[in-house]
Amino acid sequence: MSNKNEDREVAVQLSGVKKMYKLGQIGGGTLQGDIQSWWARVRHKEDPNTKIGTDQRLIGQTFMALNGIDLTIYKGEALGIIGGNGAGKSTLLKLLSRVTAPTAGEIDIYGRIASMLEVGTGFNGEMTGRENVYMNGAILGMTKAEIDAKMEDIIEFSEVREFIDTPVKRYSSGMYVKLAFSVAAHLDSEIMIMDEVLAVGDMAFQKKCLDKMRDAAKKQGRTVLYVSHNMNTIRQLCDRCVVLNQGKVVFEGGVEESISMYMNSSKSLAVVNDCSGERKSKFTDKKIHIDTVTFVGTDFPVYQTGDTIHVKVDYNSKENMSNLAMRMTVLSPDKNAVGLASSRPCIVATEGENTTTLSLALDWLAPGKYIVKLTAYSVNEFGMNQMHDIVEDCFAFEKVQTLNDNNRMNWNHSWWGYIMFPELEVK
Amino acid sequence: MNGKYHTHISSRHKWYELHLKEVWQYRDLIVLFTKRTFTLTYKQTVLGPAWIFLNPLISSIIYAFVFGGIAGIGTEGVPQILFYLSSNAIWIFFSTCVTKNATTFTANANVFGKVYFPRLTIPLSNALAAVIQFFVQMILVIVFLVYYVATGAVHPNWAAFLLIPFVLLHLGMLGLGCGIIISSLTTKYRDLAILVTFGVQLWMYITPIVYPISQLENEFARALLMINPVTAPVEVFRYAILGQGTIMPGYIILSALLTVVLVIVGVMIFNKVEKTFMDTV
Repeated sequence: MSNKNEDREVAVQLSGVKKMYKLGQIGGGTLQGDIQSWWARVRHKEDPNTKIGTDQRLIGQTFMALNGIDLTIYKGEALGIIGGNGAGKSTLLKLLSRVTAPTAGEIDIYGRIASMLEVGTGFNGEMTGRENVYMNGAILGMTKAEIDAKMEDIIEFSEVREFIDTPVKRYSSGMYVKLAFSVAAHLDSEIMIMDEVLAVGDMAFQKKCLDKMRDAAKKQGRTVLYVSHNMNTIRQLCDRCVVLNQGKVVFEGGVEESISMYMNSSKSLAVVNDCSGERKSKFTDKKIHIDTVTFVGTDFPVYQTGDTIHVKVDYNSKENMSNLAMRMTVLSPDKNAVGLASSRPCIVATEGENTTTLSLALDWLAPGKYIVKLTAYSVNEFGMNQMHDIVEDCFAFEKVQTLNDNNRMNWNHSWWGYIMFPELEVK
Repeated sequence: MNGKYHTHISSRHKWYELHLKEVWQYRDLIVLFTKRTFTLTYKQTVLGPAWIFLNPLISSIIYAFVFGGIAGIGTEGVPQILFYLSSNAIWIFFSTCVTKNATTFTANANVFGKVYFPRLTIPLSNALAAVIQFFVQMILVIVFLVYYVATGAVHPNWAAFLLIPFVLLHLGMLGLGCGIIISSLTTKYRDLAILVTFGVQLWMYITPIVYPISQLENEFARALLMINPVTAPVEVFRYAILGQGTIMPGYIILSALLTVVLVIVGVMIFNKVEKTFMDTV
């Protein structure tokens, strides 16, 4: 991948970018407060503006929202930026859209930037749709002549033609957003920055927006930077991803790998899986506690078609049971359920430590990385299930594609899903 | 294409980078902001744009009643309504430049936090709106002026009318400079936003607005009046319109120098603050 990139034109270059925020209060907020604090410091007295109960060591401490970002974004690519809350995604976009300046480092941007950190910035309820298009367009950097030339397209795309001369305060929220997005989508900029703005409008409009963005990247050679928590839109739009964690780039590469990397950062492939952690579920009676899950007959949980997973489950039971059952919920890396495998309620457990081995055949599972949620429950005489223990993110395994599989194409989950049916018979 | 639009963002801020070229590229935005100021002020009012005339007329009548009537301050023979109307027009122009711009950052924080455009467009559009408002008020002044000239009550210096644009430029820049300095400081200290309202009111009383200079006999008050950089340009304006007052070249030059310094320092502070004010506002 990197070889291919070297001869591509650079759109954005970040080197050593850091952004520091001050923790605690910034100044006193008022001049009087600052002078009071200063006077107290001069006399070595306690600062009267310190909030009671706060750790004084924290005041004046700093927080690195971005801690040394080195990143090259090439022209014409749709780059997805993913990461948990507080990873620094929004701060990065803020720096790129010049809303705030970096504390250290250099950013070079080749081309004009249209930032859509929010749709409808500068929209004013009292002004009509048309007036707002002019206003918003100008704020985003268009000249009046450019807006005039695009007005028809913008109105057409927005689907609010009948209301274009009505004050936008009378608009429904959907109409408002559609109009606002249309303006942003028609900018002549070379680089587009979007922060989850697509999470608005109805499904049809969302799709239209995504298509518009994809066209911008694929056909017009524009660069799109997209931040979202919705992995499906990331899959649909982006062709490369960057995973941020604690203000640093922790992964850069293909979309699927990045998504697994981000989604699964807490669960990695391991033979022995410790499950002694706290349980979040409130539906269990805690009569069973699963301690460890160990893969049997393999040194690494990577499988092929035809293989069967064998796991040894060690658990502690508070009473004797004869109708215990276990089930595995197989989840995709972005935590969507793929399928369920249940045992018969025939496991016999005695009070104290127990071990049960479970086997799961993987024949129909599509290649990819999976996470398993393990549940222990029992079925009473009336057929009701009683949950004893649920372990989210219990263990992870991977199924790899082999030449023996009937489908030899590189499996794309967004197109084909997670089931690889047996070969289609021809009669 | 790479060479055409290249933006370099660095953590190091150079104090002499004023980015004025970029402001010019966004001139359409300045016009739109200016337009918005007017369309929004009079939306959903019964009288609409008529307020732009009614406002100064009502305050001039109140001034005439309070200062001319109750306090008995003379106007050197100029009809009271014309005196206060013209004073009011020039003072409103200056004070709008100060007060409106003093809240540039705090009032627009939501927009500034989401998208970049040269922040100076806001103060400039405020100043432009103030100029337009001034000219509309001048229509009212001219109406009264024509009447009083016809009756022989005032004798304007018509040639000095050519100086009015320079007076506007001078006072506009002075107001803008003060305004953006205050706005840069209010990102951290909100107190100034409150103080500025009182400050500007106080400023009016040490400027010959509701009285002519000649009415002031106290030496200290007179000195204070002359230090005030607004006094000299206001006197030029009054000399032209009312044919009273004097042109004081020394004080005008002093005030102009101060204005230039204030504007340059203001724009520098403004550009420095605009980079990171989102983190402190």
